[in-house]
This record gives sequence, structure tokens and C-alpha cells, in this order.
Amino acid sequence: MNELISILNGLHPDVDFAEAEGLVDNGVLDSFDIISLVAEIDSEFDVRIPAEEILPENFNSAKALYELITRLGDN
Amino acid sequence: MLFTSYEFWGFIACLFLLYYLIPRKYQWVMLLAASYIFYFLAHPTYLIYISVTTMTTFYAAMRIGQLLNVQKAHLEINKETFSKEEKQGYKSSVRKKQRKWFIACLLINFGILAFLKYTNFTIANINSLLSVLGTGERLTFMNVILPMGISFYTFQAMGYLIDVYQGKIKPEKSIFRFALFVSFFPQLVQGPISRFNDLSATLYEEHRFDFKEVSYGFQRILWGLFKKLVIADRILVAVNTIIKEPDEYNGVFVFVGMMFYAIQLYADFTGGIDITIGIAEVLGIRIKENFNAPFLAKNITDYWRRWHITMGTWFRDYLFYPLSVSGPILNLSRWSRRRLGDGLGRKIPVYLTTLIVWFATGLWHGSSWNFIAWGLTNGIVIIISQAFEPLYARFHNKFPVKGKPLYSAFEVIRTVLLMSAIRMFDCYRDVPLTFRMFGSMFTTGNFSALFDREVMKLGLSGADYIVLAAATVILIASGIRRKEGSMRDRLEKIPARRRYLMIYLLGVIILLFGAYGVGYDATQFIYNQF
Repeated sequence: MNELISILNGLHPDVDFAEAEGLVDNGVLDSFDIISLVAEIDSEFDVRIPAEEILPENFNSAKALYELITRLGDN
Repeated sequence: MLFTSYEFWGFIACLFLLYYLIPRKYQWVMLLAASYIFYFLAHPTYLIYISVTTMTTFYAAMRIGQLLNVQKAHLEINKETFSKEEKQGYKSSVRKKQRKWFIACLLINFGILAFLKYTNFTIANINSLLSVLGTGERLTFMNVILPMGISFYTFQAMGYLIDVYQGKIKPEKSIFRFALFVSFFPQLVQGPISRFNDLSATLYEEHRFDFKEVSYGFQRILWGLFKKLVIADRILVAVNTIIKEPDEYNGVFVFVGMMFYAIQLYADFTGGIDITIGIAEVLGIRIKENFNAPFLAKNITDYWRRWHITMGTWFRDYLFYPLSVSGPILNLSRWSRRRLGDGLGRKIPVYLTTLIVWFATGLWHGSSWNFIAWGLTNGIVIIISQAFEPLYARFHNKFPVKGKPLYSAFEVIRTVLLMSAIRMFDCYRDVPLTFRMFGSMFTTGNFSALFDREVMKLGLSGADYIVLAAATVILIASGIRRKEGSMRDRLEKIPARRRYLMIYLLGVIILLFGAYGVGYDATQFIYNQF
């Protein structure tokens, strides 16, 4: 989780990702951020996020994103 | 049949009466019949193309769904005996079979679109190349008919196929119901590009006559006709005068033309979508909105979240995201970060994907270089604004002007000017000419022409300008006041007599000031050609 938070902070240093919710719904993360994240997650966690998983609910909080990474990693 | 023709409204009136008279369970069948009649009347051969798209997409999606069901059943039966590796191996073999159907269907349908829309464009480019090479040979252009709305219904059908393939939706079981989803006639003219999840339920369910809904739909249609006939088709005369004589109308005229075209396109496209949504509403069907006050956008990214929303989200979900997570782009990302560092290295793949998507968006709009230039310019401006974001952040830290009314107004005006300037590619339809005319705004000092009444007529009368000015003010004011809720909801709150008087007046305004009759020609919607 800490690694993920540090990746997220690399995109937006001013956001408290440990607590923040509604990251996509509130426009904190835009489509540019999302695909940068997907590339970084691919290289840091060795988890490839498929296009069909790029949904607001999976990117709305660091927790949701971490759950997605864990789920895809398990599969 | 034009949306603005008497025949079309006769057709709608007949459909409306029958739709609420027949047993409700047959309403969707009636809509399918009406959609195919509408399309047949536009051109009988169109039916061949839309039928092929409907049948191939329906069948491929059904096969993909069946394979998934077989996989589920097989895994359930063998859940005790399959190891993790066996389970994954089986899943991947099923996925391969699904992929075959998926790719075959995409190739057929995008192939039809590409053949019909881009063959002559390709031939023209090959001929230009042959001419540069000095050979006397030329390829002959093909005589192909581009079916109305093919870009819209193909994208809508392929969106459905991708959703099924990605497991987001289950395939529709009835080919006739699916045929209605692809061909629903109000959307055939210029979209919007609906998603199966959003449209299917409302399209197939039974609809009781609801006076409020019908009345709202009717008001929306009137509002669309007002935009199209009173504004778009009137200002079109001035726009055409300017763009058809570029040598005469340069400098300040280009700026006037650019702004007039911005108004024309906005009134034309949003007016058309208002009519589409209004017709659907009259029939009890809800279509997703395609605009959200785009002229209030504060930057280009914000603009594309507000303008032609269904097309933008289509390209985002079905091209931008899949391309971004594809193997080659992720490999490029790793390579560029290793070579160029985290800063630039992270951005290179994002920028490349953005340019590819905007190239495709340009090509979707039309088979000519001006649309490709338009798309790429949008992509480049988005990339530049993305690259400058840290600079903006520093500026806003130092000068806290964000959110202040004056700065917000500056942002809005800047975006309107920027988007209007990019649209000149669409307006002049010629890339070198567009650059030349854009340059002439800064090099030709003919500002005095602005104050010359005779010169500034541009094919319109003084009365036309008064009508246009008043109508544009109403248009902008209604957009700004959307924040306070829908115009129709506000109308609903005023006493019925006054409300009906206002609706009646809007109808009279359209009849009196609509741009038809001598000197005018009711035109097809601009987006119909895409």
C-alpha cells in the first residue's frame, strides 16, 4: 500500500491519498493520470490492469486501487 | 427526410399516434419498423449495410457470450479437480476462441466503414503521389454511397461488442431487439453514440402515455428547431459568404467567420441532438445527454468533457484505455522511463497514445486531411496544456486567482477562442488555406471593415442580424442558467397559461424567423455527414 501511495503522490504530491475518496468522480485523477498509473503499476507490481478494469470505482481511492492490484495479482 | 422537413414531422405524427394506440408490448416492434422505414426512405441500399452490421455483431456477441457460459459451466463441474494452472490454461483457450469472433467482427464492420468512407480519400492520395512521381497513371475513383449515420451506428454496435467481450454486459438474445438498438432512427442522423447499458432498457420497455414527458419532449424539439432554423441555418449564409471567397474575405472577416462558425456548429449540432432527445422523450425513451454547456469550458480538456460527450467517452473507453494498457505501449513506457527518467519517460507513451487517439478522432469526422489536421491539433494542444500543468500550478500558487470571476471569464473566453480557431480546419476544409486564413487575421489590417455596414452584411439583412443577436443571447443565457436546473423544470413551475403562451410563442418565433423560404435552403445537420 505504501508503494502505491508513493506512486500516487508522484502524480499529485498535494493530495492525501491515504484518506482521499472519489479521486475520479471529483476529477483529482484524469485519464492521463490513470494511464500513467497503469504503466507504473505494471512495472512496480508486475500486475497488468486490463482496459475493462479501468472503471471509476477501481480508481476512486488508493484502497480500491490496491484491492484491484491484489485481486489481479492473485489471478 | 430532413429533421426540418414537413415529411419528417408527418412521419413522427403518424408514429406517435400508432405508438400509443397499439398494445404496449409491441411498441418496440413499431420503433424497429419505423427505424427501418426511415432508413429505407433515406436510401434503400442503406438497409444492406446496417443489416450486415446488425447481424454480424449480434452473432459474434452471441458466440462470445456462449463461450463464456460454457467456460463457467466447465469450471464449475471441474472446480474440485482443476489445478490453478489448468484453470488458467482453460480460461486462456476460451479467451482465444472469443478473441477470434471479436476480431473478425471488428474487422468486418470497421472494414465496411473504412471501405465506404476512406477508399476515395486513399485513391486521391495515391493519385497525388503518382503525380509527384511524374507518372501519367491515375486510379479511378469509386462510386460508393456512404450510408447516413454509418459512423454513429458502427461505433454504437462496436461499443456493444467490446462491452460483451470485456464481460461488462450480457449479449442481447433477440436479434430484432438488437436491430432496434443499432437502428433507432432519431440517432441515425447524427448520434449520439449510445451504450447498450444506457439505452436498451428504456428502448424495450413498455411506455404509457405520460403527458408531462410528452410535453417535455415536445418542448425540447421546439428548442432544437429554434437553434437549428433560427440560428444555425441563418448564420450559415454569412459563414458561407466568408469561406467561399477567401481572397476577398480575409483578415478581420476570418475572425468574424470563425466566431460565426462556432455559433453555427453549436446551434446546429446541439439543436439536432435536442430534436433527437426530444423525439425519444415523446416516445417515453431516455437518451443520454451529449453536451454540458461546452462554451463554459475552462480549458480544452474540460471542453472535450462537455462537447459530443458520447463520442469522447467512446474513444476514451474503447481506444485510449485499451491502447494505453496494450503490450507495446507498456513496453514503450518501461523503455522510455529507463532511458529518459521518470519525468519525461512517463509522459512519452501517454502523449503518443493521445496523438493516435486524436488522429483516429479526426479521421472519424471525415475522410480528408483537414479533419486529420483538426484531430491532431486537438491532441497537440491537449499535450501542451498537460505539459504546462506544473507551470500553471506554480502560477496559481503565486497568484491565487483561480475561481475569481474575472479569471474564470478569461479562461472561458480563451477556450472559446482556441476551440473556434481549431475548428477553422473544419470550416475551410483545406489545410494550407486554413493556415493562410489564420495568418491573415494578424497580417491584414482591415479592421475598419467591421464598421462598414454594407461590407459586413455578408448576405444577411439588418433584420437577420437583430434576430441572430437576440437568439444567440437567449441561447447563451439558457446555457448559463442550466446550473439552476433544467429550463423545462423551471417552465413547469410557472402558471400553465403563461407556460403554454411561452411555448406557443417559441413555435411562432420558429415559424416567423426560421431560415427557410426564398433565399434559404433548409440544410442537413453538419454532423450528419460524419
